[in-house]
Order: sequence, then C-alpha cells, then structure tokens
Amino acid sequence: MTTHLLYSLSWTQPECLLAAAALILAVLGAYLGDRAAGFLAWMAALVILVAGVLAIHFQAPAPQQVFSGAMVIDSFGAFVKALMAFAAAAALLLASDHFSGSTDKRFEFAVLALLSTLGFFVMASANNLMTLYIGLELQSLAAYVLAAFRRDDAKSSEAGLKYFVLGALSSGILLYGASLVYGFTGSLAFDHIAQNASSGNVGVIFGLVFLICGLAFKMSAAPFHMWTPDVYEGAPTPVTALFASAPKVAAVALLIRLLYEPFGDLLQSWRQVIVALSVLSLAVGTFAALVQTDIKRLMAYSSIANMGFVLMGMAAGGQAGVAAALMYLAFYVPATLGAFAIILAMRSGGTRMEKISDLAGLAARRPWMAFVLTAVFFSLTGIPPLAGFFGKFYVFQAALNAGLWPLVVFGALATVVGAGYYLWIIKTVWFDQPGPVFDRASGTIIAVAAVMTALTFPVLVAGLGSVEAWAKAAAAPF
Amino acid sequence: MSDLPLLSIVTFLPTFGALLLMAARWASPGSNPGLDRGAKYLALAFTCATLVLTLYALAQFNPASADFQLVENRQWASWLQYHLGVDGISMALIVLTAALMPICILASWSIEKQVASYMTLFLILETTLIGVFASMDIVLFYVFFEGGLIPMFILIGVWGGARRIYAAFKFFLYTLLGSILMLVALVAMANTAKTTSIPDLMAFHFSPTLQYWCWLAFFASFAVKMPMWPVHTWLPDAHVEAPTAGSVVLAAILLKLGGYGFLRFSLPMFPDASHYFTPLIFALSVIAIIYTSLVAFRQTDIKKLIAYSSVAHMGFVTMGIFAGTMQGLQGAMFQMLSHGVISGALFLCVGVVYDRMHTREIAFYGGLVNRMPVYAAVLMLFTLGNVGLPGTSGFPGEILTMLGTFHVNPWVAAGACTGVILSAAYALTLYRKVALGTITNPKLETITDLDGREWVMFVPLIIAALWMGLAPAATLNFTKPAIERVAVQYGTAP
Repeated sequence: MTTHLLYSLSWTQPECLLAAAALILAVLGAYLGDRAAGFLAWMAALVILVAGVLAIHFQAPAPQQVFSGAMVIDSFGAFVKALMAFAAAAALLLASDHFSGSTDKRFEFAVLALLSTLGFFVMASANNLMTLYIGLELQSLAAYVLAAFRRDDAKSSEAGLKYFVLGALSSGILLYGASLVYGFTGSLAFDHIAQNASSGNVGVIFGLVFLICGLAFKMSAAPFHMWTPDVYEGAPTPVTALFASAPKVAAVALLIRLLYEPFGDLLQSWRQVIVALSVLSLAVGTFAALVQTDIKRLMAYSSIANMGFVLMGMAAGGQAGVAAALMYLAFYVPATLGAFAIILAMRSGGTRMEKISDLAGLAARRPWMAFVLTAVFFSLTGIPPLAGFFGKFYVFQAALNAGLWPLVVFGALATVVGAGYYLWIIKTVWFDQPGPVFDRASGTIIAVAAVMTALTFPVLVAGLGSVEAWAKAAAAPF
Repeated sequence: MSDLPLLSIVTFLPTFGALLLMAARWASPGSNPGLDRGAKYLALAFTCATLVLTLYALAQFNPASADFQLVENRQWASWLQYHLGVDGISMALIVLTAALMPICILASWSIEKQVASYMTLFLILETTLIGVFASMDIVLFYVFFEGGLIPMFILIGVWGGARRIYAAFKFFLYTLLGSILMLVALVAMANTAKTTSIPDLMAFHFSPTLQYWCWLAFFASFAVKMPMWPVHTWLPDAHVEAPTAGSVVLAAILLKLGGYGFLRFSLPMFPDASHYFTPLIFALSVIAIIYTSLVAFRQTDIKKLIAYSSVAHMGFVTMGIFAGTMQGLQGAMFQMLSHGVISGALFLCVGVVYDRMHTREIAFYGGLVNRMPVYAAVLMLFTLGNVGLPGTSGFPGEILTMLGTFHVNPWVAAGACTGVILSAAYALTLYRKVALGTITNPKLETITDLDGREWVMFVPLIIAALWMGLAPAATLNFTKPAIERVAVQYGTAP
C-alpha cells in the first residue's frame, strides 16, 4: 500500500474530474448567469458520463487502497459508479429539458447534480467510516437543495425541509453507530474493524444496527421510508427521477461494503436485520401503493418495494447475493427512469399533470408513450421477458441458495400484490376512455424514454450473460 | 437436419410482423383506415407464413423418435440457455397453435378499434405460445409462459365486453399468483440440480421432500392455467369478456399450457410426488367434470356455457395424465388437441352470431336453422364433437382417458363417465335452444348465413375434427414415442 498522493489521484480520476468540473461549472455559471443553465446541464451530464466511463476504465485487477486506505478502487466500485453515472446523467438531461423556459431555470442545478454525483462516487469507494460519512453527507446536502429547487413552490420547499430534517436525524443515528463501532473496535478503517469485530461484541452489533438504520433511511427501506412519498411528490419531477435511481444505488453499494467488509463475519447477526427490513419494505411498498392516486407517490412506494428485493439479495450473503442485488439495481434503474421520462411528458396545454387518472386512454392518443409505460411497469412488476424479471430471478436464486425460502415466498406474494397497482396504470393507459391530450414531448424526453425502454427490453435481456458476468466480477472483491 | 434455426424462425416470425406493424404505426400517427386494413392483411400474412414454416418443420421432424429434435442451443447467461427443441408432444401443440392463429386473425376481421395495436398484440401472443412449447430451458419456458400474460391482459381489457376490466385483472392476478410460486420452485430446482435444461432436469432425481413442495408449486400454476376446480373461476369471466379470437386462443391453446406443464414437468421430474398426489388430482378432476357440467347446464350465456364445458373437458385431461398409464396419457394428449379444435370452433360459432346480433344470451336465439342452415350444420358437428360422439375428435380422447383411469381406479372412471352423459345434456340442450324450433325473435328474421370469410375459418376445423375422429391413429402414433418416455419416467411402463 502506497500513500503517494499522485498514485492515489491517478486511481481516483473520476472523482477528481467530478470535483474539478463542479468548481469550474460553478465559476462559469456565476459569469454566464442562468441563461447558460441548459448548456451547463449538458456539460455536467457529459462530465458525469465521462466519469462513469473512467470508473470502468480504471478498474484495477485487484482492489487498490488509495489515500492511506480511506478509499478502495475495485470492480465493485466500477460497476456501481457506471450505473450511477448513467442514472445521474439521464436525470440531469431530463432536468435541463424540464427547467428550460421556466422561472426555475438556474445554473446551480448542474453544479449541485455534479456534487451529488461526486458524493455517490465517494460512497461507492468508501473504505473507512469517515469516507463513508463524507460521501453520504456530500450527496445528501446537495440532494436537500435539489429537493427544494423550486423555491416559490410550497410543496417543493416542504419536501426539501422534510428531507433535510429527517436526513439530519438519520445522519445522527449513523454517526452514533459509527462512534459505537469505533469505540468497541478502536478503528475507523474497514479492514481493522473486520479484524476486531468478528468476536461479535454486543457494542459492535449495536453500532452496526445503528449504521444499518442510517443507511436504510437513505435507501428508503421501511420502516425508515416515511420521507419518501412526500419528498418524491414535492420535489421537481426530474429531481425525483434522480432520487429514485442514483442515490439508491449509492446507499445500497455503501451498505453492501459495510456489511460484507468490516462485518462480513457477523453475517448471522445482520442478516436478521436485513431480512426484517426487506419484509417490511415489501409489505409497505406494495400495500401502500395500492391506494395512491398521484403517480409520483406511487413511484415512491414502488421504489420502497423494489428496495425490499434488493435487500433480499443482500440478505442472501456471499458473492451471489451481491451480484444479485447489483443486477436487480441494473434492471431497476432503466425502468424507473423510463417511467419518470413519461411522467415528465405528462403535460397538457403547458400544465403539469401528476395524477394517474390523467394517463387515461393514452394508448389511443400517444401510442409510443403507452408502449414505454407498458414496458417499464411490466418490468417493475417482474413479468418476463422484460429485464425486471431477471432481477427477481437472480435475487430469488441467491436467497433460496442461502436457505431464505420463507422470505422468497413472501417476495413472490408481494410481487402479485404489486402487480395490482402496476396493472392499474396499464389499465388506465390502455383500457380507459381517452382523457387529456398531452403536448408533444421534447426530443430529450423521447430520447431518454427510448433508451430506457430499449434497455428494459431487449438490450439487457439479450445481453443477460454480459450483465451477469459483469455483476459477478463486481461481486468478486467480497 | 438443416442448419437453419427453424424453431427460432417459427417462434419469432410473428414478433417480426409485430415490429413491422409498430413501425408502420409510428410512421403514420392518428387513425388511418388504410393502416387498419393493412394491419389485418399483414397479420394474416405473417400467421400464414408461420403456419407454412411450422409445416415445414413438421416435415423435418421424425415422429418415430422420442428425442428432442430441431434442437438449438446457445449460451444465454451462466446457467440459462437459449435452448429450443421439440418432441412429439410439443410439436403437435405447436402445429395446433400455428394452425389456429390465422383463423383467429380472420375471426378478428370485424374489429374496428385500434386495429394495428390489436394485431400487434396478437402476433406477440403467437410468439409466446409457440415459444412455450419449443423451450427446452426451464427459465426460457417461464419467460414465454408468463410473457403471454401481457398481450392477453391487454387484449381482454381493451377489446373485451362490458366487464372486461374485471375479467382482465382476475385473469392476470390469478395466473400470476400461480406462476410466481412456480418460479420459486423452478429456482429451487435449478439450485439443486445446477442446471436449467429441461432434459437434464428430467434425468435428475430430486429428493422426495423437494419433489412434494415443487410439485405443489407447479400444481398451483398449472391448475390455474388448466383450469381445475376450484381455481377455475377466472376462466368463465375471461372467456365471456374476451373478444372472439381471444376466447379461441384461451380455450384452444392457453388452457393446454396446464396439461403440457403436467406432462413435461410434474410427471417426469417429480414422479414420487405425482404418485403421492394422484388421489387429489383424481378427486379434483371428477369434481370438475361433474360439478362444472352441472353449472354449464344452468348458464344463460352461450360463451359461459362453453367455458364451463371446457373446465369439464380439462378434467378428463388431468385425470388421464395422472392415471399414468399409456392409454390415459395418450388419451389426455389427444383430448387436449381435440379440445383445441372443437372448443376453438365452438367459440368461433358464438362469434359468428355475436357479430350479427351483438348478444350471447341463449334466450335471444332460437330457430337459427331456418335462416342459417349451413351454420346450424357446423354448430351441430362441433356440438356433437364436444359431447364426444364417435367419429368426431372428441371421442377417442375421452374413451382413452377413461380406459386408462379404469385400470388404476374404476370409481374415478365411473365418476368421469357421468360427465359424458351430462355433457350430452347441456350441449344438446344448448343446440336445441339456439338452432332448432321456429324463430320467435323478430330480430332474427334478417340474420344471414356464413359468408366466405367464415367458410374459410370453419373448413379447416371441420376437416381436423373429422380426421382426428375417424383416423385417430395418425395423431396417436405421432405423440406415442414422447408419451411413452413420459410414462417410463413416471415409472409405469406401457
């Protein structure tokens, strides 16, 4: 392990790029003003994509510890960074399209999105409790501002405030857990903790549970999900699209790192917690979604339920569990972003529409939108041949191999309940009498929706072998 | 064997047609009468081309062998394989599917709402149905098995009758509940045997405990699909509300997925569990045969009556399969094919009068023979086929399943026999009420007989029903090697 600074920087080029770009764009924005917001957003999206590509490119054959072991660069990080970069860039493009022409067109959006993405990247590479917290807070603080980005809108402000207060609380819980772990193991570094934690000291387990609670809040797993529907509903839609994708991946990645590296030997202890979170998320996500009328709230509950499946993969433990959780995320992200692209296209005469009933009869008016919604929602339901099914398949496989069959049966039944509300959208789109005619969607929305649909089916399905190989490589460090 | 991936082509040719239709739809937005007409002809052309290719595949197929033929195998993911192949059982069902699809398109000629979408979904449905029978990988099987729900859900929901939304949801959620449990079992099997290839899984011996649980999970799925009493209640709703062609596909092909599943998975892979649960199946089959026949007798809606009669006839299939004897299995297979032809034709018959009068109430009709003699004759033929009259395709299947069961359990066979009598009662009563007598309803005075399109629909079905009835040996010999293999695997050699 070398502590040479240049060596560390050379391995963290994606992060450096994001940080530098955020600063440069902030300065540029200050000079050019808000009319350059669109240009800056495109630049930021490009930078994020490049950072994602760099993350894949700088994939070490063996995990590399950098900055004196504060961060670790490995194939796992590369996988989640690429996925998060993809999601963040797509959300940013949607946002640039959404805000253009509105009074909320401000250049800070691109800067905040970049900083938030930097936070995701740091989280994905965290190798000690300090880096973990820095990444998390960098991401969260940017996210609080993004949630309240529509300043004149009461709901948006409420969403930002709610997210901030509850987020601060969860950070406190997380810090408390970190301090307990530090106190009982005497170290912040993951590998040292791993050496000292294997005895299963009660204090360490307490700390671990607090850490899990804090991260469960970030990934909105029940019972720490209360903020999700309100924030999703209140935040500007492209921000919600971002919240539903990249931060979830980051929180999951962090939780996986935390559970598998320092606490890998305590599998039997934390598995119970993860299983409980999974069951509750599945139950809350599916049943509460049944009664929603607002499509963004529905997506919030849908994301909670989907996190339940990701947690199921994590509960399985081992490389198979990590690979399953990663594949689930890789299939979940395009479907969710595709859904949000269509939600953004729900405008009639310039006014935004967010009720499920506004989608009535879309199939007769705008067949392509109906097609996209059909693909992404059946994918989220987990109906083959769409990609979402394979996510469930691998998660079930990993969990059954770990002997968690009651959890799998519960997940299977939750799928049927979940199908009830996803089908309700399909029903509204296809079966109902035509409602409002939506305005022509912009090119960006069409492009994002097309890419996401193509990924949902058939790209990821035909390329299932490659996705699986990649996810397995990503799980190899554990 | 040729190098052409014949099964892939047969499976995905309809999807290719669907893609063309979608592209055409994209190119000409808005309602467009030319597109609607074109969509019908395009769908017809693609289903016919699929039929021709299927017949070509049939010519390449060697029915004397029990092996899987026309095999294609490509690595898909670490375990999963894109593995296609057919034996006598699946080939017969693929031919049935491919042959019925052009007829379904013809039966949909009167559709006016969103024609292009309708035809697109129908073509996708055909892909999933052929794919189910051609899959040699259990996950690929599940993909097609479950994937068919999507087009069917939308077909029922958009183009169905008054309670279409209720029926579509019931259909989807019932089937999903059954098949998701099968998915869990399927993953457990794959985890145990470390393979997803169906031939390998057939050769693998699962522990009895796993067999019991997996059998029950597969049973949950196939019993719903079949459908068996008491989980049959989605069927009458779905049948009644679906458009005519949807009912035909449901009755003729989708219901066969259950029987196919029992033959392909339950019996060969879980022989111990199948033995263990045979009394349960027998009991449910006999209840289905007698109970649903009685229910059918009291129906006032023609489609509903035929739907209940389907449940009763599927009772013979499950009974025959789990008898496990050569006669029982062969009879069940024959009954599935015959039911595909006959129930499909009966739903088409309903569609003919529904297109003209827009009602399916039995009481509305009466004396149709006076105005529609040809139609009355066709309906007569298929009604008798449904009853199981010797000489029609309905007879060999029923008699063989009962013979096969008699060796195993005479009481069950005796119970099933009463179903034959009951089926004569309700089917002939229906025929009398609809076709015979004098016309009492003035609205029927102007009803017209079959037109050219309807002739084209019915002639192949009439030929098939009579050919299978008069010369059943051809069909039986075709499926014999594959069925024999199932019987051997089940442990009761012929």
